[in-house]
Amino acid sequence: MLALNNIEVVYDGVILVLRGVSLTAEEGRITTLLGANGAGKTTTLKAISGLLHAERGEVTKGSVELDGVRLDRLQPHEVVKRGIVQVFEGRRTFENLTVEENLVAGAHTRHDLGEIRAGIERTYATFPVLKERRQHIAGYLSGGEQQMLVIGRALMSNPKVILLDEPSLGLAPMIVEEIFGVVRRLKEEQKLTVLLVEQNAALALAIADHGYVMENGRIVLEGPAEALRQNSDIKEFYLGLNESGTRKSYRDTKHYRRRKRWLS
Amino acid sequence: MGGFDWGFTFVLVVNGVMVGLMYALIALGFVLICKATDVINFAQGEFVMFAAFIAAGVAGAGLNFWVAALVSIIGMVALGFGLERVVLRPLIGRGIIAVVMATIGLAAVLRGVAVLIFGPDTRAITMPVGDMPINLGIVSVPPAQLAGAVVSIIFLAVFSWFFLKSRVGVAMRAVADSQQVAMAMGINVRRYFALAWAMAGVVSAIGGVVWGAMLGVDNQIALVGLKVFPVVILGGLDSIVGAIVGGLIIGVVENLAAGYFDPVVGGGTKDFAPYLVMLIVLMIRPEGMFGRRRIERV
Ligand SMILES: Nc1ncnc2c1ncn2[C@@H]1O[C@H](COP(=O)(O)OP(=O)(O)O)[C@@H](O)[C@H]1O
Ligand SMILES: [Mg+2]
Repeated sequence: MLALNNIEVVYDGVILVLRGVSLTAEEGRITTLLGANGAGKTTTLKAISGLLHAERGEVTKGSVELDGVRLDRLQPHEVVKRGIVQVFEGRRTFENLTVEENLVAGAHTRHDLGEIRAGIERTYATFPVLKERRQHIAGYLSGGEQQMLVIGRALMSNPKVILLDEPSLGLAPMIVEEIFGVVRRLKEEQKLTVLLVEQNAALALAIADHGYVMENGRIVLEGPAEALRQNSDIKEFYLGLNESGTRKSYRDTKHYRRRKRWLS
Repeated sequence: MGGFDWGFTFVLVVNGVMVGLMYALIALGFVLICKATDVINFAQGEFVMFAAFIAAGVAGAGLNFWVAALVSIIGMVALGFGLERVVLRPLIGRGIIAVVMATIGLAAVLRGVAVLIFGPDTRAITMPVGDMPINLGIVSVPPAQLAGAVVSIIFLAVFSWFFLKSRVGVAMRAVADSQQVAMAMGINVRRYFALAWAMAGVVSAIGGVVWGAMLGVDNQIALVGLKVFPVVILGGLDSIVGAIVGGLIIGVVENLAAGYFDPVVGGGTKDFAPYLVMLIVLMIRPEGMFGRRRIERV
């Protein structure tokens, strides 16, 4: 189980972005973290993967733990070795490398060449289109292929936990369906733990087991995906409109605290 | 011209190729660092010079050539590691100008320190290959030059293989592509920076020994660093293949200029011809023949 205990994150020593975030991602489950642009979702993932250090960000309070072992002081490569891998938003392939070289790079923390070979074949079985493109330069793949590649590449490290940052962004619905189908299968067949960040709540809640909603660096709502799907605030908020047709946020709704109590 | 002298041209081209292989090897050191760490190393020529001094110093103390070459390689790897740690690492994130100035400063310091340690006299490195010119059909070449060319080819091949095929090479290119993504994949980026500098040290050592054996060792050797820029601009700052092709072309251009234009104008074209090529390349294809273009997608 991956657990964030009341973490605070500060950039550049002064910019407070996460203000006490607690969440857990259960083993073999898909947990989704929802929220609007700028809420702090990506920062949350970087706090887990250790990538904050490289951006002059720091976890100043609280802790990040995987199965009770603290991660928040580790370098990114050490976090990957412990079985957590982050997939960035925006389909960040190694664009000058071929598809297969991308996969090889993804297996950097592993040493058994036979296992790496097998991992590559497994990735090709999961995403057959990547096999066809194996010698192509990643930068020239289509958006959907690139998303498959970055997920496949992350899986090459043989992770226990995968952190997915907005994988649906900018992709055609059919492609998104295929990719989410794969994510669900990985969870079911390999007991992979998934922390899925999305702005598209409907999509995410359709495959998630549990969900959190983040706003302004805080968790404002959490519950089983089923309950969140029924939640009128979520419906309203993610449609972006309330009854009078104006945008609103949880912070503006009087009954949000009541709702929250009811959900938790 | 009525009777074009093919034989003469052939000699110039062969000589150009042999010198060009050396340029390629030395440029490779530059490219390794540029590609993996985004640092433009203006001290590449001084690296070569320093390596040559180490080898000449060890050989001058009576040890044999192979020991001298080995000590030079080890010394340059240590220097590469050390400089990365002490000078460049603290400059990460400080902007390109700071880093460029640091390497220019480094170049001056290395030139000065080399003279302090080894003295101003020209020293010799003698390769164990004798000095009977070797006949290659139309041309005959000094054995040291031929040995230099062979060594260059071997090392260029090994480094190319390493970069393009080995797992460590793939990781190094991944770091070059995106440091952030490389980190996210569990690649220890710092360690690859150090590795790039160490490898540049190895290449410089080989270059220094071979170049020193051909020209004699004093701090003029550092001038070979000036050839690196036309080579890498022509080939592409971050391309291994580019360094090789660029080196060969610049070597040949230089020799053709020396053979055909210098006698007419009284000399000097050899030195600026490579830069003329560089300027033309910058105007028509600034990323070089094999340099990476930003991949534009719609
Ligand atoms: N490297 C950084 N330095 C300073 N502020 C940052 C940095 N990265 C993100 N932020 C700020 O933190 C907030 C949350 O950003 P982010 O975690 O990217 O949100 P989300 O992924 O939910 O869109 C934003 O206000 C953003 O401007
Ligand atoms: Mg984000």
